[in-house]
Amino acid sequence: MDISGKAALVTGASRGLGEALAVELGLRGAKVVLVGRSRQSLEPVVRRIVEQRGEAYALEADMGAKTDMYPLAGAATALVGPIDILIHNASELGPTPLRLLLDTECEDLERVLAVNLLGPFRLSKIIAGSMALRRQGTIVHVSSDASVSAYERWGAYSVSKAALDHLARLWAAELAGHGVRSFSVDPGEMDTEMHAAALPEADRALLARPVDVARAIVQLVSADATPNGGRLEASGIGAES
Amino acid sequence: MKAATAPRSALNRERLLVVDPASAAFSDFSITDLPRFLNAGDTLVLNDAATLPASLRVAEDLELRLMSRLDDGTWLALALGRGDSQEPTEARGEPPRLDAGAHLDFGHGLSARVVSVDARFWRVVRIAFEQEQSELWQALYRAARPIQYAYLDRPLSLWDVQNRYVARPWAFEVPSAGKPLSFETLFRVEARGVTLAHLTHAAGLSSTGDPLLDARLPLAERYEIDEHSVALVNQSKARGGRVLAVGTSVTRALEAAGESGVLRAASERTALLLGPNSRLHICDGLLTGLHEPGTSHYALLEAFAPRAVLDRSFQHAEREGYLQHEFGDSCLILRGALGQAPLASWAA
Repeated sequence: MDISGKAALVTGASRGLGEALAVELGLRGAKVVLVGRSRQSLEPVVRRIVEQRGEAYALEADMGAKTDMYPLAGAATALVGPIDILIHNASELGPTPLRLLLDTECEDLERVLAVNLLGPFRLSKIIAGSMALRRQGTIVHVSSDASVSAYERWGAYSVSKAALDHLARLWAAELAGHGVRSFSVDPGEMDTEMHAAALPEADRALLARPVDVARAIVQLVSADATPNGGRLEASGIGAES
Repeated sequence: MKAATAPRSALNRERLLVVDPASAAFSDFSITDLPRFLNAGDTLVLNDAATLPASLRVAEDLELRLMSRLDDGTWLALALGRGDSQEPTEARGEPPRLDAGAHLDFGHGLSARVVSVDARFWRVVRIAFEQEQSELWQALYRAARPIQYAYLDRPLSLWDVQNRYVARPWAFEVPSAGKPLSFETLFRVEARGVTLAHLTHAAGLSSTGDPLLDARLPLAERYEIDEHSVALVNQSKARGGRVLAVGTSVTRALEAAGESGVLRAASERTALLLGPNSRLHICDGLLTGLHEPGTSHYALLEAFAPRAVLDRSFQHAEREGYLQHEFGDSCLILRGALGQAPLASWAA
């Protein structure tokens, strides 16, 4: 798929991998909608893309709020047209330092699930119908190795990402015959603020750069051979740590 | 006919009244029966417009309802006076007169200036929002809410007024013919070899509260049909397939862009009114809600079926408890639909 001219929406785009994904898509000619909780934090990224002759817009939304989803989808499609590429990148870790499940408040788990699982479901539900009607569209779910490994203290985040992986498979199973692709990507350990919040003692030199991971993920989006419904690892597709 | 008083909470419960103009027969089905009336090679055309929050409250005695977005980026809006969504538009108070140049503050970071006032209908004004691009769209979604209806038992949210396959927010009221269509049904339609095509039509207001202005509805509304959907429709017709429009908005757009008999790609406005004397060039059938005689919607149905057949079918529907309006039941008007082996039918 030629990225150029396509309409893309990236959540959690103010920093880290989301920022890098938005910039990579913008530089490759996509019309990009960047989504974050604060418009102010998105504007510098939008400016970077526009200064390099890209097309980008900032939209503020809380991915955990159901009432934000139609306003987000409506504003996004008004600005760039029907969405061709939807990247669910926004993530909530929960309170840090991370806690054992027995110390996790129910409300904290609910908030993590709202942002990491319900938000992607709701937004895909709004956008994927049009994709199926047009018989084209790609939905990317940014996952984590915590979705398959049971690390102590990562409980809320882990279950949300495990469910997100399966949500990606289910969209693929239901929409594969209708021109819509869905898959999840484990970006591996990256040098991001979220990683620093979760593991402040980690050696940053050993972590992958978001810009390299973003390039690999956009390559997956553009490649027709990307397995539908798959759970892919960025380290296996060219982004080395 | 009774109105549906709330969005349907259960999936696939809408009824389907099938009217066959060829045999002057009609019969009762469920919306899930729709696929059986379509054949391989037919095309179903849907309006993918999302519904805007088009109701803006300026003051207690002034609500503005967006009616149309013009090519220069300004908007037509209708002023309504004191009262709320529980009152029919015709019972609303008279709004204050707005003059060109007036400043309107809707709160939530949204504001506009009145550019001009319609010479004939002073409640219709052209406004220019003072925000642009993402700032405009975010503020509009914060400040406005969907148009509400007096016959509903609870306020509508944005989630209530969207079809399941929407994209750009062009519609001012929900293109409601698509509301009963679940993807379960649409995929079963597709599995029969029927093609799904789409266009975008800015379905406008259904009522203004002013009989003279209502008589001029629908206003010229913008629509867009892309080359891909045009090719699907034209291929279908060339091979003898039938084209089924989902909704009156789709019908008007298809017939406006297909007046030559061959559909063309278009991004324009149409004020095309269809009625009993109209010759349809593209559409062979229509899936629609149940409408009342005397409305422009009902007149459009007469392009598909004689008035007498429609009248008797709809009288039957009323007796049988069918529901009308935005969240009501459906009606399929398709020549030959009941011609072969209707389960039960009545000569109209």
